[in-house]
Amino acid sequence: MQSTLFHRAAVGLTSLMISGMTFASDWTERSNLDLRPGVTAVSQEIQDLHTTVLWIVTVIGLLVFGLIVFSMIRHRRAKNPNPATFHEHVLLEVLWTVIPFVILIAMAVPATRVLVKLDDTAESELTVKVTGYRWKWSYEYLTYEDDNDIGVSFFSNLATPPEQYNNPVLAGGLFPYGTAKDRVGQEAPEKDHNYQLEVDNKLVIPSGQKVRFLVTSDDVIHSFWVPDFGGKKDAIPGFVNETWALVPEGKEGTYYGQCAELCGKNHAFMPIAVEVVTQAEFRDWIAEEKEKAASGPDLTPFSGLDQAMEEGEQVYASACALCHGANGEGGIGLPFAGTDFATKSEYLNEHIDVLVNGRAAMPAFKAQLTPRQIAAVVTYERNAFGNDTGDLIQPADVNDHE
Amino acid sequence: MSTAAATHDDHHDHHHAPTGLKRWLFSTNHKDIGTLYLWFSFAMFLVGGFMAMVIRAELLEPGMQFVDPEFFNQMTTVHGLVMVFGAVMPATVGLANWMIPLMIGAPDMALPRMNNWSFWILPFAFGILIFAVLMSAFGAGNPSAPNFGWTFYAPLSTKYGPASTDLFILSVHMMGISSIMGAINVVVTVFNMRAPGMTLMKMPLFVWTWLITAFLLIAVIPVLAGAVTMMLTDRHFGTSFFDAAGGGDPVLFQHVFWFFGHPEVYIMILPSFGIVSAIIPAFARKPLFGYASMVYATASIALLSFVVWAHHMFTVGMPLAGTLFFMYMTMLISVPTGVKVFNWVATMWRGSLTFELPMKWAIAFVILFTCGGLSGLMLAITPVDFQYHDTYFVVAHFHYVLVTGAIFSIFAAAYYWLPKWSGVMPSKLLGELHFWNSLISANLLFFPMHFVGLAGMPRRYADYALQFADYNFWISIGGFWFGLSQVIFLIVAIRCAMKKGEPAPAKPWEGAEGLEWEVPSPAPFHTFDTPPVIK
Repeated sequence: MQSTLFHRAAVGLTSLMISGMTFASDWTERSNLDLRPGVTAVSQEIQDLHTTVLWIVTVIGLLVFGLIVFSMIRHRRAKNPNPATFHEHVLLEVLWTVIPFVILIAMAVPATRVLVKLDDTAESELTVKVTGYRWKWSYEYLTYEDDNDIGVSFFSNLATPPEQYNNPVLAGGLFPYGTAKDRVGQEAPEKDHNYQLEVDNKLVIPSGQKVRFLVTSDDVIHSFWVPDFGGKKDAIPGFVNETWALVPEGKEGTYYGQCAELCGKNHAFMPIAVEVVTQAEFRDWIAEEKEKAASGPDLTPFSGLDQAMEEGEQVYASACALCHGANGEGGIGLPFAGTDFATKSEYLNEHIDVLVNGRAAMPAFKAQLTPRQIAAVVTYERNAFGNDTGDLIQPADVNDHE
Repeated sequence: MSTAAATHDDHHDHHHAPTGLKRWLFSTNHKDIGTLYLWFSFAMFLVGGFMAMVIRAELLEPGMQFVDPEFFNQMTTVHGLVMVFGAVMPATVGLANWMIPLMIGAPDMALPRMNNWSFWILPFAFGILIFAVLMSAFGAGNPSAPNFGWTFYAPLSTKYGPASTDLFILSVHMMGISSIMGAINVVVTVFNMRAPGMTLMKMPLFVWTWLITAFLLIAVIPVLAGAVTMMLTDRHFGTSFFDAAGGGDPVLFQHVFWFFGHPEVYIMILPSFGIVSAIIPAFARKPLFGYASMVYATASIALLSFVVWAHHMFTVGMPLAGTLFFMYMTMLISVPTGVKVFNWVATMWRGSLTFELPMKWAIAFVILFTCGGLSGLMLAITPVDFQYHDTYFVVAHFHYVLVTGAIFSIFAAAYYWLPKWSGVMPSKLLGELHFWNSLISANLLFFPMHFVGLAGMPRRYADYALQFADYNFWISIGGFWFGLSQVIFLIVAIRCAMKKGEPAPAKPWEGAEGLEWEVPSPAPFHTFDTPPVIK
């Protein structure tokens, strides 16, 4: 522990010095000192505005602090034993009210101009509905050019594996959750380059076309923020906010963002990754996705309990473990290990129902998981953590469930 | 810290100057209650500071090492609540209790029994809140403490709030009752208890800033009470104020909260303006520049503070016209704030300056508060705020105005008036150590937060992407250093309370002005039984 601290201190100090000079172009580059210029025209304008205002406040600050320091040196008692007695000066008072006011107007004019521009979401070519969930995003493609019936939607989850971020040094007390307890004292795997930023399914958008985002939430307030697109917009349950981005051609690539409004336990664990592709690539991609969506869910039965358990374990880790515990011991959600609910046959139908339709704080998963995934995870929950019912639920059973 | 009747042989004193536990429990004496408030706020400062240490330990390196993200959220929440409502506000009330009667030549606060009550509610209010945290850390099953941020936005705090949210609601109600009673007491005292000849425009600026603060408190604390009551009924009585599914509006919560919350930040900073306006003239040996304009600037800030609240909510999707209005008003509020800073500089100008401990803290306040004010002006520029909002840039901004602003000024006040409160001079050596360690560590702690914020690190994050790691390491080091430095002040305060140190004369600071310096040090249990004569 100690050696890594010293190591980090040395690395930190060096990079602090270097980062002042270099200008990182990639969001995942090491520490940057300034606001990112981003890739859109708007984000560039915001950065220009930021630079202007930063210069203005720096000059004002240096002026004021300069006067204070000058006074501290020149008007200290050793130098100036007899204080002046003045305590009023009307002209001075008027001046330092009026001059700041004029400076403010000079700042307000460009700020207003950028704000008006940002507000204009008209004439977009692609509309994507962005929905915040605890703790993931979903993207639904609504319209593209003349196509009003795309029907493509998917969820986007954090791809960083929990072993990379669960590195507890203590157990119990302040560290109450089970997943991590097992890992006390274990060597942490090396963190990926895009640690806490990578997702399983990226939002894909075309370059050179205006994309309108309709931002909303399914539960609490989240905030959709890709810094390189300039600005964030809150995702509020029951309301739809609009924002937009136009990434110029030639700037294709992946841009990362993070949720920017406290949304509960895993607020820091729901990143945003946007893949900007050329319009031709986008057309191909969307056609492929449409075809996949049109073919309906995969209802091929599992070959046996083992296959269902294997798939179920993966689904459980990404969708259930955060609330129900990695070992089914419960947490925010109810436990499964050895409970009547997960072991008695009379609860089987209810078990499927809660997953499909939700109940109280438990969200409905029919939109997030395929029938195959739900079947696999119910099978897993009834046959793992010491449970041993032998129940094998098939995708068709879930698909038939209302 | 004040001496009991033992040192004061006025014949009727021993009837109503009890000793021991009863002296503090039943006290109606403004000095004793002021002392209670000050000790309480310092205890809360240490408790809230400990929570900040937990936060900074977790953020020292990427990955979750010490607490789980759920407990991390509880720490950020309760740290904010304890610091705002437990440390800064009671500290300024304590200063008001001690100093306002002494400054205006009154024998005591106007409503002494209410004064006692308003203090003794507080330990219970915070007891409830801290109980929730202790249960979460050590209780069976670790039931969650409030975990929705000190701003407790709905629906995170309503439909999705933990069971302890109800403890939080009760606790906030009690803090609010205490604040309102304290504020009423200040207003009544200032309007009715001034010594003959002490006209309003002769009052020390500290009294003025506190009078205006008291009006702000009376205006907005009921709004806070309304917000938590609406939460309560949403949670338990089937209403849907903040639930869109029932026809309500989660954004309404933010409007109600910030209508309280913005004046609240001025509630925390206006008394600081008063403190610094007392200290700078004393050590510049020159009268305060522009007294009248200081009073008007304070009043303007207070009035404007009611029409800027939505600048905390630029990203919720307000109409363009609303956004522009709040942007312009927010920019405007920097004008009277600037006037105050310029007045302090003009007070120092061509004075005969010495740099005793109170002056050191006061100058640090002026410079570092101005830093926070300037980043505040940057945040007012709405299009850029869309980038800054909810990042560490905001965290840097409000810690500059609240820690190096409000708290530094409270330390300035403590070093300035400790001789009057305790009768001994605070240790110079320990005081210097406390000042320099705090000054350097606070900047190491808060300045790099600007950079991680600009680089894009959202606030209230239990874990972060790797590019933020280097700054966070240094921020954490600054945090531990700042936290430890405050232990030095604990020693300073205990030494003064135990009367260890050089005895203080009635007026220990050569250039100090004001009635408080005309009574002996320590201030006797009862002062100004006969009103002083005001020139």
